[in-house]
Order: sequence, then structure tokens, then C-alpha cells
Amino acid sequence: MVNPNLRKSKVMGLKEAISKYVFDGATVSIEGFTHAIPTAAGHEIIRQGFKDLTLVRMTADIIVDQMLAANCISTLVSSFVGNSSAGSLGEIRRRIEDSNPTHLEFKEYSHYGMVCRYLAGAQKLPFYPLKSYFGSDLPTINDEIRKVTSPYPNEDGTFDEIYVVPPVNPDVTIVHAQRADQWGNIQMWGLTGLQAEAVFAAEHSIVTVEEIVSDDLVRSDPNRTIIPSHAVSAVVEVPFGAHPSFTQGYYDRDNDFYRDWSAISGDKELLEKWLAKWIYETTDHSQYVEMMGEATRDRLKVGDAFSTPINYGSRIQ
Amino acid sequence: METLAFSVDELLTVTAARELAGKNVVFAGIGLPTLAVSLAQETTAPNIEVIYESGVCGAHPSALPATIADSVLITDSEAVLNLASLFGYVLQGGRIDVGFLGAAQIDKFGNLNSSVIGEWGTPSKRLPGSGGAHEVLANAKETFVIMRRHSERSFVEKVDFVTSAAPDMARAAGSRSKAKGVTRVFTQFGVLAREDVGQELQLTGIHAGIDVDTVIKSTGWNLKVHPDLEVIANPSAEELELLRTEIDPTGMYLRS
Repeated sequence: MVNPNLRKSKVMGLKEAISKYVFDGATVSIEGFTHAIPTAAGHEIIRQGFKDLTLVRMTADIIVDQMLAANCISTLVSSFVGNSSAGSLGEIRRRIEDSNPTHLEFKEYSHYGMVCRYLAGAQKLPFYPLKSYFGSDLPTINDEIRKVTSPYPNEDGTFDEIYVVPPVNPDVTIVHAQRADQWGNIQMWGLTGLQAEAVFAAEHSIVTVEEIVSDDLVRSDPNRTIIPSHAVSAVVEVPFGAHPSFTQGYYDRDNDFYRDWSAISGDKELLEKWLAKWIYETTDHSQYVEMMGEATRDRLKVGDAFSTPINYGSRIQ
Repeated sequence: METLAFSVDELLTVTAARELAGKNVVFAGIGLPTLAVSLAQETTAPNIEVIYESGVCGAHPSALPATIADSVLITDSEAVLNLASLFGYVLQGGRIDVGFLGAAQIDKFGNLNSSVIGEWGTPSKRLPGSGGAHEVLANAKETFVIMRRHSERSFVEKVDFVTSAAPDMARAAGSRSKAKGVTRVFTQFGVLAREDVGQELQLTGIHAGIDVDTVIKSTGWNLKVHPDLEVIANPSAEELELLRTEIDPTGMYLRS
């Protein structure tokens, strides 16, 4: 038996976790494929004013627009720069189309290119091959997408070329999940995206969760743990930490907010006011959630749909 | 026969659903492709398993999804995969019969641009980019494209940026892809089609009341008209009934 008095808890506050693992110039991955986007952590990075980040995120959406507007990001690595199906991201578009107020360095990939970068990163491989990119213009604008020759001959003795992408090894990866125990065993269900790969690729990782639960609850369903404790640097309890995205079984996506973001981000003054009210002038995420108001929280409530318990079995003898 | 009133979106959805006859594994985006798959499941292709980029396989949503990752797609679905499995095994592994895509621009071979209007480094309009579109076109056995606005600005001789390459170009550059690329394009005017790599997209079907010259003039390349050009049958009463009362009863996507 592990003595719980000796094992070190990984539970931390969000301020402490962000200030401990994020630094100016860091490569930061924020993942969550529409589901469970760690918005609260992104907001805390903005509050603490980190600069010159290389932000790695497959779907650069509202949180990236906000961090860009707050001048946290100098380089973006991404495969989709859109506000889902709900409209535009004003800040990203201003920076890319008009270099307004400054130019954004953009490393553009396709989704599977990004997945392969994380797969290489998690396994500490020098590169990862994929069948994509032949005939596309993407390799012409992104010199990190390169070709190698397969060492294995075809039947006719010729050798194929294949595109490869480099590993990404973030200084810190940040993801959000439903629940974890105090040791940082992360349990997630619904869309699990590539959160595990992104965490394993990183030097450090911060995982925000809706709730910290008991060891017994986690261990009653170990297959539900998608990231084990050893890969996690800090686990932080942040209810509603993914708003305006959703957390399956906890609250739904705030589609109104996604739609509203087009107008907010399209107007620099409105965007600055939004950042001030919701981030700079709040002390932490609990205040943001308080300001959301009961009506919004009620609107995002979800009904129950429980899974049937499974039987792991136990040794009788 | 009574003439039924219907919207362009209903027409596109019905036309796409008919083309899904006999297909089994379909990768769908949100909106019209999702509706077309639902209609096909009830009419031409009851065995379709619908797959979403978010990792959901065999979705049975209780309400129409607002995004490809809507929570209603997860609850009651048959499987939820992570992205390494979805893109690696399902897409790159060649399990998809038909992928649905949209684009800002398409050319005669089905190269798609969803990245920029203008130069990539100094675009007049930045678009979302590939997402998984590049991998869908490269790996699905064939790809259906829905373009609601058929015009010279979107049907172009040369796309501003090749986000997703037609397998024609991919193979010429060294790819071993066996994908057919874009085989159907559904527009407000009709259907452009080709059967395999190396062929141009031709006008094969036209909606009732549309003039062929209008389609040709609205296409930025020298559009060829198939010798057996057919007039596409209007949506039937049964198809419209299914769409309006079962598939999209609130008019979330099919506002007339």
C-alpha cells in the first residue's frame, strides 16, 4: 500500500500552476477539440501577462483570439483558425490580413499533421510520417513539412517518398477534463481528442478539471483515466473551466457566446472592453462564473444520461 | 402533378442524399451533409454509419447538432474515438466511402481552397484553413462537395491556394493515394460530376428550370456539359415530409 501521507498531491491553485509552469517565450499547447477547452487557464495566462508565447493548438478558436488580443502570442501553430461554424475570429484576421497591430507568425498545418506532431512529441521521435500533403500548397508555405525517402523498396525496386512533420514538445501543455483524483489521474469521457498525446509530448502539464474526486471513485473505473498521474504536473479544480465550450455531462456549449464573439472580436474597442470586464477586472475564474449569472448557467445545464456500470471483477481466492 | 415548393437547401440536401445510395461509411460535416445522411438513412442507404471529425462514429443524436462536436452527438452514439484513431486508422486507413467537404474555391479537378483569398502571406481574406479537409480528400474513397453559391468566384480556373489537393495532383507529386477525389459537386444549379482521377468535373445534372448557359457563365473554367445531361427530379413529397417533420423539424438548417 502506498502511504497517502508520503505520496505528494498534485492539486494546485490555477494562479500558482500558471505562474509556476508558463514563462515568457514558452511554447504552450492548449488542447481540447471543441470539447473541454481550458478557457479558464488561458484567461489566467492573460491575467498574468505572459508574452511571446508560441501557442500550439489544432483548432485556434476564441481562446486564441483572446490571448492574441491580450498580446500573449507571437507565433501560432495550428490547423484551423475559425470560430467553429459560428462566424469569424476578429483578432486573428486583423493580425494575419493587416498585420494589425502586429504581424502574427503562423505555422499552418492540416489536422492530421498536428496530430502527428503530437504523436512524435509524445514518443520523442525525430519526425512522424503521414500520407498527406502531396500536391497541396501547405508544404510551400511551411518549411517544417518535409519529405523523406522510405527505406523499404516497392515491388518494382523503386523507393517512395513520404511527407513527415517534426515533433512538438511544448514547455507546458494545458487541457481540461471532467475529473481527477488528488494525484492527477485524469478521467475523461466523450470527446477525448488528443489531450493525452499533447500532455505526454510536454515537459510539464496543467490539467484543469470540473471536480477533484476521491481515489476510490477513480480506481473504480481505471479505463476512464486517459492521462495517468505521472504525466501530470498540476491538477486544478476549476468548475465551468471550459466555458464557452462544454464539458460532457457537466454543462453544454454556450452557442450564444460563440455567435456573439464574431461581433465582439470584430470591433477592437468592444474586444478590449470584453477583456477588461471578464479577465483583467476579475480576480479569478470563480468571479467570471459568478458574473455569467444564474440564467446563463441554467441555460447550459444538461440532463442525465448515465452509463451502465461494468464489472472489473475481483480475485476470489 | 402538383408542384411542390421547396428551398435551395432542401433541393441540395435531397440531391446529395440520393447520391449516397449504397454507401456505408460517410464522413459528414454539420448542416446540409448531416441532413443528407439522415435522409439517405431513411431512403436510399439505411446502412450508413455517419462519422464526424470529432471522433464520433454511429451518432444517434436526440437533436440536430450545432457543431461536429455537439454534446448531443456523443450521448447515445455507437463509438467515440480519439483523434489519433480517427485520423490515423479511420481516415488514413481508408475506411471512409464518402467524405463531405465544403470550400471557398474549387477547380475543375476538385482541388479545394479553404485557407485564403489572395496570397497566403498577405491574404485579402483569411479563411479557417484545412482542419481535416486535406486528409478527407486525400483518403476518403470519394468526396462530395456542397457549394451553395455556384459562381465564377468559387468555381475557378486556378484556386488561390491548394489546401486540399485533388488526388490527380497528389499522384503526380508522388502520392500512392487510391482516392478518387471530388466525384460530386452539389450546387444551386445542379450537379457536377466525374467518376475518377484524371477527369474534369462536368455538368451531369441540372435542376428543373435552370438554364445550362447560366451554369456555364457562372463557372470560371470552360465547363463541359455531359452528353447525357439529366434534369434532376424535384424533391418528392415523401422526401420533403421526412426533412421537415423528422430530420429538421425546427428548420435549424432548412429555413425556407
